[in-house]
Amino acid sequence: MVKYKFSLKKFIYTFVIVLLIWYGFTTSFAPAELITGVIISLVIAYISVKNFNCCDPILLLPSHVLHFIKYFFVFLGALLKANLDVARRVLTPGLPINPGIVMFQTKLNNDFAKMVLANSITLTPGTLTIDIIKNKFYVHWIDVTTEDPEQVYKEIAEPFEKILLKIYN
Amino acid sequence: MDIIHEILKYIGLVFILIGSIFLFLGALGIYRMPDLYNRLQAGTKASTLGAMSVILGVGLLQPFWLIKLIIIIIFIGFANPLSSHALARASYRAGIKPCCDKEIDSYGKAVEKQLKKIQKKLKNLTD
Repeated sequence: MVKYKFSLKKFIYTFVIVLLIWYGFTTSFAPAELITGVIISLVIAYISVKNFNCCDPILLLPSHVLHFIKYFFVFLGALLKANLDVARRVLTPGLPINPGIVMFQTKLNNDFAKMVLANSITLTPGTLTIDIIKNKFYVHWIDVTTEDPEQVYKEIAEPFEKILLKIYN
Repeated sequence: MDIIHEILKYIGLVFILIGSIFLFLGALGIYRMPDLYNRLQAGTKASTLGAMSVILGVGLLQPFWLIKLIIIIIFIGFANPLSSHALARASYRAGIKPCCDKEIDSYGKAVEKQLKKIQKKLKNLTD
């Protein structure tokens, strides 16, 4: 077991995010709500800070925010395409599928970035991440065209990973 | 003020309609696909966009709820793919093999490797 080192910076970021979510849900500025929110956020932040891994302060730099907005739109386009793809496959009488599990390697080394990439892959056309072992992604592909890891990487992950690499490396 | 409210109402209704169409297609996909992994594929994508779209539509009908609903949408965007990923991983390890004649499966070897490692460790512990 690795002993966890408490860092105040991370604690404050966790606290602020939990507090923002609280105010988003209550949407009222009565003093009682504000004080309850602060107390509950402190408790939750204290419990969850060692597993909380998403929000470095560097993510708030303007260039990174721009990358995030770009990522959001790329992702939204892929999500729409994925749904039209599902609709097409489901409504075609012959059920045109050719499934298999393929593998590719990622260059990302940040856990949160890996999770974002895996989620994006799951929500894009015809692919579903099954497992991540170190830096290998195992992906169920509904219409396999190639088994070569490099080709797979180019077809599935490249547009997302390019942007994530710019943010995290 | 009233006109804006009316316009928002109709946009919201369109979102709810689109969302329910996608949810229906997802259900049809779950019914038609041959095995678990393909069903997860259809189910995850359609239910994510469908739920997001319906919730956003409700938010436009009731603008006071919009902030809460956007938080819920973000949560669905993270939690939905994660849960399907967990289901797929668990069912592969429980022994459900992917279907169909053509066998393309690079994951099986990796799982076997991990299992062997764990067995070795257990042996060392018991010895």
